[in-house]
Amino acid sequence: MAAVQETVDRVRRIDVDQYRYGFETLIESDKAPKGLSEDTVRFISAKKSEPAWMLEWRLEAYRRWLTMTEPTWARVNYPKIDYQDLYYYSAPKPKKQVASLDEIDPEILKTYEKLGIPLREVEVLEGVVRPEGERRIAVDAVFDSVSVATTFQKELKQAGVIFMPISEAIREHPELVKKYLGTVVPTSDNYFATLNSAVFSDGSFVYVPPGVRCPMELSTYFRINERNTGQFERTLIIADKGAYVSYLEGCTAPQRDENQLHAAVVELVTLDDAEIKYSTVQNWYPGNSEGIGGIYNFVTKRGDCRGNNSKISWTQVETGSAITWKYPSCILRGDNSRGEFYSIAISNGHQQVDSGTKMIHLGKNTTSRIISKGIAAGVSQNTYRGLVTAHRKATGARNFTACDSLLIGDKCGAHTVPYVEAKNSSALFEHEATTSKISEDVLFYCVQRGLSQEEAVGLVVNGFVKDVLQQLPMEFAVEAQKLISISLEGSVG
Amino acid sequence: MTALLEVKDLKVRVEDNEILHGLSLTVNPGEIHAIMGPNGSGKSTLSHVIAGKPGYEVTGGEILFRGEDLLEMSPDERAAKGVFLAFQYPVEIPGVATMNFLRTALNAQRKARGESEFSTPDFLKKVREVAARLNIPQEMLRRGVNVGFSGGEKKRNEILQMALFEPAVCILDEMDSGLDIDALRVAADGVNALRSPERAMVVITHYQRLLNYIVPDFVHVMSKGRVVKSGGKELALELEASGYAQFEDAA
Ligand SMILES: Nc1ncnc2c1ncn2[C@@H]1O[C@H](COP(=O)(O)OP(=O)(O)OP(=O)(O)O)[C@@H](O)[C@H]1O
Ligand SMILES: [Mg+2]
Repeated sequence: MAAVQETVDRVRRIDVDQYRYGFETLIESDKAPKGLSEDTVRFISAKKSEPAWMLEWRLEAYRRWLTMTEPTWARVNYPKIDYQDLYYYSAPKPKKQVASLDEIDPEILKTYEKLGIPLREVEVLEGVVRPEGERRIAVDAVFDSVSVATTFQKELKQAGVIFMPISEAIREHPELVKKYLGTVVPTSDNYFATLNSAVFSDGSFVYVPPGVRCPMELSTYFRINERNTGQFERTLIIADKGAYVSYLEGCTAPQRDENQLHAAVVELVTLDDAEIKYSTVQNWYPGNSEGIGGIYNFVTKRGDCRGNNSKISWTQVETGSAITWKYPSCILRGDNSRGEFYSIAISNGHQQVDSGTKMIHLGKNTTSRIISKGIAAGVSQNTYRGLVTAHRKATGARNFTACDSLLIGDKCGAHTVPYVEAKNSSALFEHEATTSKISEDVLFYCVQRGLSQEEAVGLVVNGFVKDVLQQLPMEFAVEAQKLISISLEGSVG
Repeated sequence: MTALLEVKDLKVRVEDNEILHGLSLTVNPGEIHAIMGPNGSGKSTLSHVIAGKPGYEVTGGEILFRGEDLLEMSPDERAAKGVFLAFQYPVEIPGVATMNFLRTALNAQRKARGESEFSTPDFLKKVREVAARLNIPQEMLRRGVNVGFSGGEKKRNEILQMALFEPAVCILDEMDSGLDIDALRVAADGVNALRSPERAMVVITHYQRLLNYIVPDFVHVMSKGRVVKSGGKELALELEASGYAQFEDAA
């Protein structure tokens, strides 16, 4: 049997059992009734003890959403979603108000343990002193729809950094939320973003004040837990003048039979000389070997380089979800601002990925860089969709785009759809694209040196995506590297 | 005594063409065998089938390694047991640092054999030592596997791996092609340093010159998928003088 054929067969055998993070936590949940109506929106808002202006904002979005239709332009296929057949809110019932992790439902903590998360947490709680200078991570854990634990608060507070669930920020920092929420992704932006605006349950809020370099990396781990619960995260990050923050988002979901809708919105704002680095490792349940189940991931992520000399950089490792529809973008409004997009998108089994970025050059001498690595295996479809535009005033705009696709087997597909539009003659856009099949000769070379077929595929793929992996914070890069190998393995133990 | 490697009446097909038509070869520990023969006679095919490259169909005969059925083993199992093939055309693996590759491969083999993994200092020490002997600069080891290596550097990288993995049987497929005189000497010295009473080598080459450096115990002439003549090292000289024509009919 040819090496590639072997890999293809192995990949085909992947099924639910091999999805490592497929388990559910048995905790009582507090659900909104099924279906979507103004009452659902009111229920969610009330649950969050939101001020009236927030409820109004949501209701406006909801009414808007009713007039919209689901987009169909992406290269993804899925049965029609019955929006009345979903739950829009569920929260783990807190046993009592939590002041520390000790007080959190042990079932929830166990879940994090299975995910390999709590070590750093435990260390902190046990007072373990890490070596001087070692980077630390603050975790804002979003469990289902509610943030249940937030650590490192004190230290962040000293630096003046606000890092909290957005539901809390709405109550405690309404002036900041009002000023920025919906200014990057307007409530009317697109079908899924509008839906999110109406029903978002929770998410993270970060504000870094002028001149502050956030003393640690901020991190959120997402989980979908409740069956049939739509997951609508809302994240808002603001780096004020001269501020810097690196934010890590990682997620993994339990296995289940029915498709789950996930429509998150992430908004980033950088003012003059500020920088936000946003890194994602996405590992939602991709569905079983027949393509049943799995998460529908319709995400709107956008950054606004509002100030001069500001910078936003997106790095993503996408391995999960049945369907991914996601285009983290940058609006380069400030002069000399810079946007970056580094992406690894892996599709296997029946997964469908339609992902890419938009770089909108508005300011003078704005620059952007796009490095996209798509890997398709099984019978999956992997599309890169990118838009680079320079507006009339964007003199000296520069973009470099490189899209590489790697195919494993001959039943999958990789597609590149670049849109380029320059309304300013001084704009300079470069685009490179390659598509190749994983080479049998290279795989054989590796196995001749003692690597198993799976190790060989993992090694070659990790080599293929190296440029992007390097963009991730060290700790994340190591996890991502493992995840990449796992997601292409056929026999995960 | 069990032979280290025993190829018996091997018949191999590729896409409906029979390429090896009943080839036999016995290699004992400590021996060096040279295989010569015209282009297309099946030398690389033989080496690939021994190493377990997919795409070849064995329709007859067998290959034994220390008496065990080699054809039953996956290619990585064969590697762990000590079968090493220095490729005629080593491939490039972009993004995978040579050092990382060497270490991953070595530890994979050791793990398969139930041995402990090398510690980082031990591994580094070993690589440095071997690399220095083969005139391989450290900088090369930081680059992607064979990426941007010259032809000669690629071949030296093969010898480096051979020295590191310490296999039982080394099959060298045209390791002299593309090497200049000095590089050839360095590579051959590297190979000679690995000669031992326990280890055997099968050296595939077109040129007698290599055999001045790596002196074989046996020389086999292949033609059209068979071994048509075997002899001592003087057979190589004879071939150099008279060419393969005399053997074409025998095949
Ligand atoms: N994949 C293949 N498909 C079809 N024919 C093949 C394939 N691989 C090898 N062959 C044929 O098998 C024969 C032997 O090839 P092989 O590469 O083993 O020769 P060789 O003796 O190593 O030649 P050289 O001295 O040029 O390296 C050749 O005729 C070649 O064309
Ligand atoms: Mg050959």
